[in-house]
Amino acid sequence: MGFHLLSPSYCCGYQPSPPISHGLLRFRPVTGIPKPSPQKGQLHQSRRASKVLAYYGITTPPYKLDALEPYMSQRTLELHWGKHHRDYVDSLNKQLVKSPLYGHTMEELIKVTYNNGNPLPEFNNAAQVWNHDFFWESMQSGGGKLPQGGVLQQIEKDFDSYSNFRDTFVESAMALFGSGWVWLVLRTEEKKLSVVRTSNAICPLVWGDIPIIALDMWEHAYYLDYKDDREKYINTFMDNLVSWHAATVRMLRAEAFVNLGEPKIPVA
Amino acid sequence: MALRAIAGKKTLTLGLVLGPRAAAGASAPRTGSGLRHARGLVTFSLPDLPYDYGALEPAISGEIMKLHHQKHHQTYITNFNKALEQLEEAMAKGDSSKVAHLQSAIKFNGGGHINHSIFWKNLKPLNEGGGEPPHSTLGWAIDTDFGSLDALVQKMNAEGAALQGSGWVWLALDKEMKKLKVETTANQDPLVTKGANLVPLLGIDVWEHAYYLQYKNARPEYLKNIWKIMNWKYASEVYEKEIA
Repeated sequence: MGFHLLSPSYCCGYQPSPPISHGLLRFRPVTGIPKPSPQKGQLHQSRRASKVLAYYGITTPPYKLDALEPYMSQRTLELHWGKHHRDYVDSLNKQLVKSPLYGHTMEELIKVTYNNGNPLPEFNNAAQVWNHDFFWESMQSGGGKLPQGGVLQQIEKDFDSYSNFRDTFVESAMALFGSGWVWLVLRTEEKKLSVVRTSNAICPLVWGDIPIIALDMWEHAYYLDYKDDREKYINTFMDNLVSWHAATVRMLRAEAFVNLGEPKIPVA
Repeated sequence: MALRAIAGKKTLTLGLVLGPRAAAGASAPRTGSGLRHARGLVTFSLPDLPYDYGALEPAISGEIMKLHHQKHHQTYITNFNKALEQLEEAMAKGDSSKVAHLQSAIKFNGGGHINHSIFWKNLKPLNEGGGEPPHSTLGWAIDTDFGSLDALVQKMNAEGAALQGSGWVWLALDKEMKKLKVETTANQDPLVTKGANLVPLLGIDVWEHAYYLQYKNARPEYLKNIWKIMNWKYASEVYEKEIA
């Protein structure tokens, strides 16, 4: 029995992010001056050294950009992470310059800006930053195959079988209209795993649920590699990319917040 | 019911018009198509493009046009027909919950068919007059309602670039108020969902599939270039017909 945190791809200088973090597995680096004060949250100079004082930084995927070949090309990651994801971060920071919203963790910021269904302008960018961080960590080289141990048991408990779950996930992704995401979440109220589909930037955190796995269904996520063949992309994700290691760690953490009841299923 | 003849390459028809449809202009009297009747249920089919796939280069690549037309638009039509068939069954059985459930698939796929059919007509190759600015009535209306053609283009580009997710940006005519407006719609919602009096003059597809292979994430570049192949003649014709 053992689980291992995904090792970050860059080195020293970590400051652990606040403990109640359902999402991200790795620590955000804090670099440069000034030293972060408790009120201001995390500060560091943005790369461009422009007039914008950055509040949030971009994290790198926990693998090299070519690590997911041939299932997700390096070119896609260069664009998806290097342009789209980075744009969301930069846009968010620009918005926050004039906004009283600071000092939040990313999860808090998402819930606050979601504003109970009436999202503030910062919501889109904040949620997309978080969603993409979560997405990179939901994949790994040599991914796919079957979940193990406690995660598999919980899936079998809540979906009857892994293949039922897989079918549900694929169908949900195929039935999405427009841009959005498909999630495996742990529903905190029902205390069950569930497949959930969201539009545009929406993320299950806003309903207080705990995401376990995410699949980006925006066209930019797959168009270069798969063109219009969404079914192939989704199946490839399930068979070759999804990181059940990440799912295990997330389930383990989730169990600290959700009592999954008897029998107590060991996650790791 | 007689089977309608399939239209030739040069005649583009909007496959939603029911009833006899005379050919436009002085060309041969072929009836338009996109429609077939079977068992009384109308099914829709993919209209031909009035130009070759590569004819819109370099503004939009032939690869994109081919995928966009043969895959994306065709899929909307296929799924639209499927949803309508299921709707017919549900209505015959009096299954109201199924009827209600099918509405989103009908709006999405039907909207996709409507919007793309308009889109193909909005574009014209450079050597056939694409990009030529509007004159007379539409030109004056643009100056009145937006200040200048440039201002209109800037506005549409700004709204198109700012659109989150997938959708369309439209130059619309409010036929009640007799005013031009810029509107956006999400996903495949047709323009009428923003107002029953709105008539689409020009629509720009800002779904990523419309530009990603060529422009990648640079949607503003795509928006800048698409004006070079804009078919203002079509927009003027629609405008003059509605205003009359």
